[in-house]
Amino acid sequence: MLGVIRRKIGAGGSSLLTSGWSFQSRPAVSAWRSYSSAAKEMTVRDALNSALDEEMSADPKVFLMGEEVGEYQGAYKISKGLLEKYGPERVLDTPITEAGFTGIGVGAAYYGLRPVVEFMTFNFSMQAIDHIINSAAKSNYMSAGQISVPIVFRGPNGAAAGVGAQHSHCFAAWFASCPGLKVLAPYSSEDARGLLKAAIRDPDPVVFLENELLYGESFPVSAESLDSSFCLPIGKAKIEREGKDVTITAFSKMVGYALKAAEILTKEGISAEVINLRSIRPLDRSTINASVRKTNRLVTVEEGFPQHGVGAEICTSIVEESFGYLDAPVERIAGADVPMPYAANLERLAVPQVEDIVRAAKRACYRSVPLAAVA
Amino acid sequence: MALCMRKSLNLINLLKSKMGLLGTINPSPWASTLSRHHEFPVPAQTAQNLGSSDGDWIVKAIVLSSRRFKWTKAEKQLISRNDVDDNKVLDFPGGKVSFTPEMRFIPESPEERTRCYRVLDGEGQLIIGNNFVQVSKELAVKMYTDMVTLQTMDTIFYEAQRQGRISFYLTTIGEEAINIATAAALSIDDHVFPQYREPGVLLWRGFTLQEFANQCFGNKFDYGKGRQMPIHYGSNKHNYFTVSSTIATQIPHAVGAAYSLKMDRKEACAVTYFGDGGTSEGDFHAALNFAAVMEAPVIFICRNNGWAISTPTSDQFRSDGAVVRGQAYGVRSIRVDGNDALAIYSAVLAAREMAICEHRPILIEALTYRVGHHSTSDDSTKYRPIDEIEWWKSARDPVTRFRKWIESKRWWSGEAESEFRSSVRTQLLHAIQVAEKLEKPPVADIFTDVYDVPPSNLQEQEKLLKETIKRHPQDYPSDVPS
Repeated sequence: MLGVIRRKIGAGGSSLLTSGWSFQSRPAVSAWRSYSSAAKEMTVRDALNSALDEEMSADPKVFLMGEEVGEYQGAYKISKGLLEKYGPERVLDTPITEAGFTGIGVGAAYYGLRPVVEFMTFNFSMQAIDHIINSAAKSNYMSAGQISVPIVFRGPNGAAAGVGAQHSHCFAAWFASCPGLKVLAPYSSEDARGLLKAAIRDPDPVVFLENELLYGESFPVSAESLDSSFCLPIGKAKIEREGKDVTITAFSKMVGYALKAAEILTKEGISAEVINLRSIRPLDRSTINASVRKTNRLVTVEEGFPQHGVGAEICTSIVEESFGYLDAPVERIAGADVPMPYAANLERLAVPQVEDIVRAAKRACYRSVPLAAVA
Repeated sequence: MALCMRKSLNLINLLKSKMGLLGTINPSPWASTLSRHHEFPVPAQTAQNLGSSDGDWIVKAIVLSSRRFKWTKAEKQLISRNDVDDNKVLDFPGGKVSFTPEMRFIPESPEERTRCYRVLDGEGQLIIGNNFVQVSKELAVKMYTDMVTLQTMDTIFYEAQRQGRISFYLTTIGEEAINIATAAALSIDDHVFPQYREPGVLLWRGFTLQEFANQCFGNKFDYGKGRQMPIHYGSNKHNYFTVSSTIATQIPHAVGAAYSLKMDRKEACAVTYFGDGGTSEGDFHAALNFAAVMEAPVIFICRNNGWAISTPTSDQFRSDGAVVRGQAYGVRSIRVDGNDALAIYSAVLAAREMAICEHRPILIEALTYRVGHHSTSDDSTKYRPIDEIEWWKSARDPVTRFRKWIESKRWWSGEAESEFRSSVRTQLLHAIQVAEKLEKPPVADIFTDVYDVPPSNLQEQEKLLKETIKRHPQDYPSDVPS
C-alpha cells in the first residue's frame, strides 16, 4: 500500500517539502498542509458509498447489482449498509454470471431503470463485454435513439498488489476505444464522488474504473463536494498541479505517482504540470493541448499495456493539433508489455514507478541523455 | 395485481366446486416454490366456460398437484411421505432430501419425450379431448390474415433481395403461426425482445407494410435511420425492442426488463424469442437461472425449428429439446406444436397469466420447421434434402392448417382468400416502390445518437465532413441529403 502524502498548492505556490516520499514507507501520521478550505477528509471507499447512497435516495430507479454487493456489504465494502437501507429489491446479490447480470442490467436499463452494475474487478467484465459493447454502447445508435441505456458499470480496474495477470489488467484503453461508451477514472475522493454521481445521472452507458489500492486512501474533500447535488462534469480533466516546463498526464493511481514525481522534479528545477484526466472518453483534448502549448513537452503516464493505450491516443491528439508547439518527442510511460507477474519484485518492475516518470520528464526536458545516443 | 387475485380466487372456487379439489391451493404470488407434477387437467368444458370469447386472459392454469401438499414461502422443502422417519431424510443447504441406499443415475434422456400440446390436427380439425381457449371470429380472421400477410411479405421481400433491390433479407416461412398466435395472446404493454425471425409480432401490433419496407431500404423514414441491416426492425411505440444480430443476448435483457416491470408493479410481462441454436449460448442459461431466482415475469419462447443455419438440433444439444431445461433451472415449461396457431394462442395466454400473477418465468418450446433458408446469404439445399423442405412447405404449412379450421367454421372462403392475397400483394409491391424512391437519411444522422448529446469531437467531425462533401461533391453520392 502506498502512503500518499498529498499537499495542495495554492495559487502562490510554495516549497513546502515533505520528506520520506518513497512509496515503500508508510508514515504513521501524514504530514501535509492544505491551503484550501477543505476541513474534512474522506476515503475513496466512503466517497463512493456516499455517492451511491445519495443517488439511490434521490432516484428510486437507481439500483445496484453485482456479486456480493448485498449481504457481504460489497467485495470491497463499497456498498456497505446499502442493503439494509434500501432492501433486496434495490441491492441485488447476483448469481455468478457476469454475462447474465450484465445482460439483465442492460435489459433493465432498456426498460428505463438506472442500474449500477458492479464487477468484482474489471477483469471479470471480459465475460460480459459483449453486453457492454454490443448491447449497451451501441444500442442508442443502432435503434436510432429509441433505446437509451442509462447504465453504469463500475468496479476496480488495473493492478492491485500481488494478484497476478488475470486480476491486474487495465481496461481503460479497451473501453475508451468504443463509441457510445463514456469511460471515467477517478483519482481522489472528490473525483470519486463527483464522477460517480455524474455517471449515474448520465443517460449514456458509463464505464467507471476505480482502483482497489485507492479505496483506502484518504483525501481532503471540500464542503461543496459533500453536498448531495455535487457533480463533476464528464469530459473535463483537472489540473492537479500547475507548472511550466513539462506536462504530465495521468489517471487513477498514477496521478498520485505523477504528483510525487513532480515534487522530485521541483528539486531539480523542473516545474511539472500534472493533469488528472478524470475522463478517458471523452478525452479532454483541449485541456491537454492547452497545457502542452504552454509547456511544450509531454509525458503520458498509465498503468496499462503500452500498445494502443491511452498515452498513444493523447500523443496523436497533440501531434494532430499542437505539433508545432512540441520541443521534444512525447514520452510515454506505461506498464510492461507482459501479463502481470505475481512475484513482488517482478510486479514492481512491471508497473510504472515514480522514478520512471521522473526520468521520462527529464528526457523530455533534455536533462538526461536519450538512450539511443548512448552507444 | 388486485384484479389478478380476484379472478384467480373466483377461478379457484369455481374449479374447486367442479373438480372436488383437495388440499390447499395458495393463490398468493409467493406460492411459487417447488411444485411438481404440473398438469393442467382443466377439462375443455371448464376452460370454455371460463374463457370469454374476446381473448381476455382469463384462463387460469391451476397448478394441481397429484399429492396434497401445502406450499409455503419458507425453506424450499421436498416433503416426502418418509418425512417422519428421520433416518431417511437429511438436511443439507438447500433443504431436506430423502436418500436411498440404491445407487441410481438419472438417465441422460427420459423414457418418453415430453409430450407436445396440440389442438388442431394436420387437417385443421379439432382433436378430441382438447382444451384450449376459444377465439372469436374477429380474432381468428385477424390471425389468419396476418399470417397470410407475413407469408406474402416474406416472399416479396425475399425476391426483392434476389433482384438486388435490398441487400439482405430473412424469412419466417413455416413459423407464421408462432409469430402471429403468440402476438395475439399478448397485450400491447408486454415488452417484446425478439431474435430476428419474429416480424409477425410487430405486424400484429400495427407496424405497417410501408414501415417494414422503409427499414429494409434504409430510407429517411426508417425508424432506424439507416443504421442497421434489413429486418432489424424496432419500434418504441409498439414495445418491440430493436433487433440485434447477436444471438441470445436479448434473453437476459428480457429478464432485466421483466424485473423492472415487476418493480413498477405493472400488469405486463416481458417476452423473448430465440431459436434452438440460441439455447446453446451462455446468455440463455444465465437468463433462465436468473429469472427463476429473481421471480421475474418473463415468457421465454423457443422456436425449435430444427436448424441453426446448417447445424441440425442433433448437433446442437443432446437434451430432449429445450423444454426439459426449464425444470433444470426451476422454470415452468411446456412444449407446443409450433404450427398449431390455436395451441400456441392458448399456451401463451396461460403463460402470460402465470408470469404476471405469480411473478414467475415460463418457458415455451414451440416445435416447428424452418422452411426458408436461414437468410438470403444461405442456400439450405446444400445441407438438407430438398424434398424435406418441400414436404414441410406444403403438407405441414401452418397457414393452410389454420385456414382449414376457419373455413370449417365458415369464417373464411375461397373468394376471400384470393381477394385478400392479391390485395396484400399489391400493397406490398407499392410499399417497395415507394420505399425505393425515397431519399436516404441525411449525413447528419451518422453522428447523432452515439450519445444522448453529441460530444465536441463528433460535432467537429460532422462539420469537417460537410465541408469535405461541399468541396469534393463528385466523390460523394448525390442522393444523400445533408
